[in-house]
Order: sequence, then C-alpha cells, then structure tokens
Amino acid sequence: MIPVQPWLPMPLLSILLLAVWLMLQQSMALGQVLLGGFLAIVIPLLTRRFWEHQPTIKRPWLLVRYILRLLGDIIVANLEVSKLILDPRGRMQPAFVEYPLELEELFPITILASTITLTPGTVSANLRQDRRTLLIHVLDTDDIPATIDTIRERYERPLKEIFGC
Amino acid sequence: MIGFYNLMEGVIAVLLIAGGAFAFIGSLGLTHLRDIYMRLHGPTKTTTLGVGCVLLASMLYFSLVGKGPSLQEMLITIFLFITAPVSAHLLAKSALHQKLPRDPRTRGEIEELAEDEESEANGDRLP
Amino acid sequence: MLDIAFWISLALFTAAMLLCLYRAAIGPGQPDRLLALDTLYVNSIALIVLLGIWLNDKTYFEAALLIAMLGFISTVAVCKYLLRGDIIE
Repeated sequence: MIPVQPWLPMPLLSILLLAVWLMLQQSMALGQVLLGGFLAIVIPLLTRRFWEHQPTIKRPWLLVRYILRLLGDIIVANLEVSKLILDPRGRMQPAFVEYPLELEELFPITILASTITLTPGTVSANLRQDRRTLLIHVLDTDDIPATIDTIRERYERPLKEIFGC
Repeated sequence: MIGFYNLMEGVIAVLLIAGGAFAFIGSLGLTHLRDIYMRLHGPTKTTTLGVGCVLLASMLYFSLVGKGPSLQEMLITIFLFITAPVSAHLLAKSALHQKLPRDPRTRGEIEELAEDEESEANGDRLP
Repeated sequence: MLDIAFWISLALFTAAMLLCLYRAAIGPGQPDRLLALDTLYVNSIALIVLLGIWLNDKTYFEAALLIAMLGFISTVAVCKYLLRGDIIE
C-alpha cells in the first residue's frame, strides 16, 4: 500500500477522488488528470479534521471476494423479497432481532449495517448507544438464532479478517 | 456482427423490463405491507436494484451507440447502493423514535418500543 | 424489440411512482410519507435515464446524478429533523 505522508493523509480517499473525477469527465486528457490529482490532494487536506480514525484494510483481496459475494446476495435478496411481497396469502413472520456485535470500530460496523440492509429480508434499524448491539428487523423468519448465525458467519467474520481487528 | 448487436439489444431489453418489474414490486410492497418496519424492506432492496438494472441497461446502450465505453452511470449506481441502506437506517430510527406501532405478529420484545419512560434515552443518538 | 421493452419499462416505473404517491398521501405517520418520497425520487432517476435513452442524449445523466445527491441529502436532513425535533419537546 501507499505510505501515509504529511501531505497525503488518506491515500485511499485520494485515489477514489481521482477515479471519480476521471469517470465524471469521461476523459483521460492530461489536463483532467492534473486537475483531478490537485483536487485529490487538496480535498483530504481540507477535510482531515472531520474524519474519525480510519482503520486500515489489512487484506484487500478478501475485500474483493466480499464485494462479489455481496453482489450475488443482493440479487438473491431481491428475488426473495419479491416473492414475499407477491405472495397472495401474505404469510409473513416478521421479527425484531437483537444482534450482539463482535466488531468494535465504527467503520466496519457501518459496512456491516449496510450489508445487512442490502441482503435477504433484513434491515438494520438501530445501533444501541454502547455500540454492542445492533437492532435488526427481519421480514420473514422461523428461526431467530439461525438468522444471527448466518449473519455472523457470512458477513461479520470476513469483515473482521479484512480489517484485522 | 449483426448477431452481436441483436444479442446486446436483447440483453438491454431484458434489463429494462427487469428493472421496471423490480421497481414496481418495491412500490407494491410499499403500498401493501402492514407496518412501517415491513414497508422499509421493499423500497430499500427492490427499488434500488430496479434502478440499478436500468442504469446498467443505459450504460450498455450508450457504450454500443456512442464512441467508447460509458462509465458515468456506474457512479450513480454505486452512489445509490451506498446511500440506500443509510437512508433506510435513518428512517427505521425515526420510526422507532416516534414509537410507531408494529404488526401484532412481530416477534421479539425490544426496549425501543417499550412504553416506560426510562427507555427514552436509548436510540436517540445518531451513529 | 427495444421499443416495446422501453414502453413496458416506462409504464412499470410510472405505475410504481403512482403507488408511491398513494402511500405519501395516505401514509399514517411522518416516516411513512418520507419513505414514500424517498422511493419516489429513486424512481424518478430511472425515469430520467429512460428519457435519456429514448432521446439518445447523454446530458440527462447530470440531471440524474444531481437528483440522486439532492434526494439523499434531503432524506437524511428530514430524518435528522424527525429525530432531533422530538428530543427538544
């Protein structure tokens, strides 16, 4: 990874900003690259004070695998939710589930909450004040412990490995 | 080459119809489900994927018609997929905060919806 | 073939937006209405992109991008108002 310099506090954010700028402009001309590079260096410097501590990504390849799995799960989730909505009998068993978190840093918890919302039949509703419990609403479940186990095995463990905490 | 263009036309047509169908099902869920917490599921997942399908179709279309690949739509898609869970989370939080009633079949007792005064402090803080 | 698919898709998105409008009109609580408006703007992005395909014009993407950003920001702002406004009472 690129080392952190005084003039480059967040290398990943800078790369992201440059990529977004080039995609918006639809060109790889030298002028656009220079302007994008300038913005990519200046914006992190100006906004540095507003960012909380960023955990480092220890294993980028696992992150790629995680994103691919997430894309597959999003499609499955949509087919399941569509089936539930179109079911004429409307037999759903919704439930509120309290999910005990193993992650501790805020950024991985944010990713986990977004993942939970995008995947089958679950919406994350509330993070308790002590950051230990995530409240989840499940659209249709028979077995609440099984739901918790699925989330822990499929999403939280990989996130722990990626961020190495 | 005609075969290739016909194939891509078919793919774009399927993506357009699938996107429309997903968005329609999401809105149907928004209208038909029984309480706010269940209604959150339809729009956040289904509508987002529906719009994602249409954006993908548009990306393919302009890549074929115009000159060179067109990647701008990717930005909107990524933006939508990042922001949809955040707004869903905030909507659920404000519904819990206002103690909106839930469907009687919902299982699981939670302190956010309990009636006593002590639980007021919980759930007010934004993460 | 693309024409037919385009019109079907347009009809489905319009119907989806009408359903959202219905929910926004009757919705029992403020979060219900807000959810309906949120869905409405996401659907309108798709509508504008479809218009762009129909007119074969890429300028419409800027409009779609702006709607996506402003819609998200306003949803978050109103949500925070709902959360904080009740604390003050």
